[in-house]
Amino acid sequence: MTKQVKQLDRVVIRFAGDSGDGMQLTGDRFTSETATFGNDLSTLPNFPAEIRAPAGTLPGVSSFQLHFADHDILTPGDAPTVLVAMNPAALKANIRDLPRGAEIIVNTDEFSKRAMAKVGYPTSPLEDGSLDAYNVHAIPLTTLTVGALAEFEISKKDAERAKNMFALGLLSWLYHRPTEATVDFLRRKFAKLPVIAEANVAAFKAGWNFGETTDDFAVSYEVAPAKLPSGTYRNITGNLALSYGLVAAGQLADLPVYLGSYPITPASDILHELAKHKNFGVRTFQAEDEIAGIGAALGASFGGALGVTTTSGPGVALKSETIGLAVSLELPLLIVDVQRGGPSTGLPTKTEQSDLLQAMFGRNGEAPVPIVAPQTPSDCFAAAVEAARIALKYRTPVFLLSDGYLANGSEPWRLPETSELPDLRVAFATEPNQENADGTKEFWPYKRDPETLARPWAVPGTPGLEHRIGGIEKADGIGSISYDPANHDLMVRTRQAKVDGIAKDIDPLWVDDATGDAKVLVIGWGSTYGPIAAAVRRVRAAGGKVAQAHLRHLNPFPANTAEVLRSYDKVIVPEMNLGQLALLLRGRFLVDAMSYNQVRGLPFKSEELAHVIREVIESV
Amino acid sequence: MSESANGAGGFPSLALIPKADAKQSMKDFKSDQEVRWCPGCGDYAILAAVQGFLPELGLRKENVVWISGIGCSSRFPYYLNTYGMHSIHGRAPAIATGLATSREDLSVWVVTGDGDALSIGGNHLIHALRRNVNLKILLFNNRIYGLTKGQYSPTSETGKITKSTPMGSLDHPFNPLSVAIGAEASFVARSIDSDRKHLTSVLRAAAAHEGTALVEIYQNCNIFNDGAFEQLKDPAQRDDVTIRLEHGQPIRFGAEGQYGVIRGAHGALDVAEVAKVGEDAVLVHDAHADNPELAFALTRLGDLTSNTHTPIGVFRDIARPVYDRLMSAQMAEAATKQGPGDLASLIRGNDTWSID
Ligand SMILES: Cc1ncc(C[n+]2csc(CCOP(=O)(O)OP(=O)(O)O)c2C)c(N)n1
Ligand code: SF4
Ligand SMILES: [Mg+2]
Repeated sequence: MTKQVKQLDRVVIRFAGDSGDGMQLTGDRFTSETATFGNDLSTLPNFPAEIRAPAGTLPGVSSFQLHFADHDILTPGDAPTVLVAMNPAALKANIRDLPRGAEIIVNTDEFSKRAMAKVGYPTSPLEDGSLDAYNVHAIPLTTLTVGALAEFEISKKDAERAKNMFALGLLSWLYHRPTEATVDFLRRKFAKLPVIAEANVAAFKAGWNFGETTDDFAVSYEVAPAKLPSGTYRNITGNLALSYGLVAAGQLADLPVYLGSYPITPASDILHELAKHKNFGVRTFQAEDEIAGIGAALGASFGGALGVTTTSGPGVALKSETIGLAVSLELPLLIVDVQRGGPSTGLPTKTEQSDLLQAMFGRNGEAPVPIVAPQTPSDCFAAAVEAARIALKYRTPVFLLSDGYLANGSEPWRLPETSELPDLRVAFATEPNQENADGTKEFWPYKRDPETLARPWAVPGTPGLEHRIGGIEKADGIGSISYDPANHDLMVRTRQAKVDGIAKDIDPLWVDDATGDAKVLVIGWGSTYGPIAAAVRRVRAAGGKVAQAHLRHLNPFPANTAEVLRSYDKVIVPEMNLGQLALLLRGRFLVDAMSYNQVRGLPFKSEELAHVIREVIESV
Repeated sequence: MSESANGAGGFPSLALIPKADAKQSMKDFKSDQEVRWCPGCGDYAILAAVQGFLPELGLRKENVVWISGIGCSSRFPYYLNTYGMHSIHGRAPAIATGLATSREDLSVWVVTGDGDALSIGGNHLIHALRRNVNLKILLFNNRIYGLTKGQYSPTSETGKITKSTPMGSLDHPFNPLSVAIGAEASFVARSIDSDRKHLTSVLRAAAAHEGTALVEIYQNCNIFNDGAFEQLKDPAQRDDVTIRLEHGQPIRFGAEGQYGVIRGAHGALDVAEVAKVGEDAVLVHDAHADNPELAFALTRLGDLTSNTHTPIGVFRDIARPVYDRLMSAQMAEAATKQGPGDLASLIRGNDTWSID
């Protein structure tokens, strides 16, 4: 039987199952296959905060969405065109996201009366007609997997566990994915348990063969590779890209990286990753709490390292006092905040952009801190390098605001040539910098570079430059304790001027205004880049005129920000918070910026944003 | 050149720190800053002892760093002509840990107060102690919050009348040394601000120790808690209440050495007249015992409020792997096993594809 093959330009698949069903792994593997094949892609893992939430329940559902296409794409997709539901809970939790006509692959083995009752299905959705609008493939995935593994000397439980690989095999067949890498992966992953490895490989192949032979799937699909700019690509998540950015920053600055950190979702993976790269001179220190994590990082910066601390919103709250100290000490320090839903513990595994004002203002006193935000998963690399550049050059703590969506989401990344990366080297002070009237020379720790206003970085071990710094106000230049009113006023303004001055040293805000005559500007920051850009494309495809700008630097804003904002009749600011950037733009530039906000723990859907943009265009 | 001038020999903990070329004097370690403690404050005596002692280490002074928290005591670094950081309340051990674990060529000292170390910074203190980072922590215990003008502290005696406790404090106090031993400290000692000779000997032992050393220094705050340690200073009583611990020596005290520390009921320690119990009953101090039991029991001896039977000296000084050395060993091992880091190959990973 030869089956029909159809060409598609893009597909959105969502794998959903119990937290214990291995859906993240299945999604990761499908992503790798897809990346190797050369599609453009974007992923959205979505999982509960509990490690093993009660089996078969709605809160226990874990899912992984993947959007892949033969052209460049910007988001993990608004709605899946294919849902793989490993149990009734997975079906119930995800069905409302599916457009009519979507394909649903369900594991019928899990649709027992009890399992259905547990999630409130009085009758079987597979039989009661409630799924008539969809194209349902009801497949006993568990039975088929166990049957395929009859020959293996493994427990029934282990055989059942391989059902995710059966599903992966089936989907890989359905979309013509290359399979060798998955086979290799399984053999590597279970290297110590060769029987389990082979059983998983067999389940994966059985899934593929099932697709080939069953009548249930009459058609398979091809999505041609995308024509992306030439180069070498890999797939990468935001947290990994950010980790590499930190390693790179150390290399580019020729300084050891010192990470002081305390585990917290969704930032822990950066600590895990950096712990593997000691051969790059990266030291990682898991501290007793967030305060100690940043304290150790600051101590290392005092000693001449690139101090880094990684955390999420609750951790930033604890670090605030030390960030203030770093502002006062004027030492380089990176504070990486992988934002998650708040307040308090909030939604630990979900995304949000609600720490912008905490980063901006969350300290006592006038304590300005530059803020840099990456806009896509792979962009976390460049953003980390940029944050380090500012920290080192201006001797200041810098916030790098990532979020849960960037952290765990992935996309193809065109690898930079290391020779294209900026030189981050800065010179330590080695000589006294002040000559007294009597000809003697001294070291003044707060005598600034007239251009950058940065103070000299004199590290312990440098003879003749012994000095004491601290959080008490210092006399301009000489740096000794000073309670003088005029001096304090000067120092507060000087620290602010130093940070404001960075605006001269960053790229101007770039506006994508395709026709040049749009009246509406959409401006965002951070991970909303993809959904906003996709929405703008939709609007333009239907003839709408809209300009888009995205802020990499949130403090200071690029020098031309006011000019950009004032060039449009309406400014829309979509954010995954209740309007934090909008507040800053309104306060700083007196523009009537209009907020569009959602705090659902999930990225925006581009169709929703497109709708908002269209409405605003119509109103002007 | 004498051993103290090149600082080698007795200080294995300082082996990685560059040595001074010439003999140093107290003057080398005095900064030009005017000292601003209240006249009569015990902090002056400690400063003088430290300034007098540092030349003995023979280290290049640019490789010595003092880090403090917040409190009267924490002003200390300003008065030493070394590198220094006056940080924030309670966090000095954490900051010092980052410095010490990234710079093995530095001698890192922490100055903290009883509030700084045991209230707000208690968490950092215990974790520094258990990790055994190469840090020397000097805890100035005046049993009061000096800088904030006299509230009771975690080492104040129960019932203390202060501005914040007009009817007497309700808290049961900490014994810093018991806490330290409970936190797995490898070096624990106590001294007194006014006894320069003893304080210097304890500083010397702390400097020689490999790993974290905690030195509690009884410090008189003559403004808000004057006389807190009077019994230990008053020539008429001090010999009868102060127990000078010396490793390997019978634990005896009193003007004539007439008292000794013996094993009492239920394993606790007791004090007795040697003439009555016999010399053999007197315990011999063993600071190097791995088992912390004797050292701990010594911290519990006597009464903190009345200062009766107060041991001073080194309670515990054991060899335990030092965190920063272990960290460096892992760095070296990784460099050997993985080879020098290659950024391009790191970011490439194993799974790339090309588009022309
Ligand atoms: C975060 C913070 N909380 C409170 C204070 C106020 N404060 C400064 S020093 C201090 C207590 C100091 O007591 P101690 O550590 O015993 O030092 P001493 O002054 O007695 O030497 C307090 C509560 C502060 N500086 N920072
Ligand atoms: S208040 Fe007490 S501890 Fe502080 S300087 Fe004065 S005497 Fe010393
Ligand atoms: Mg005190």
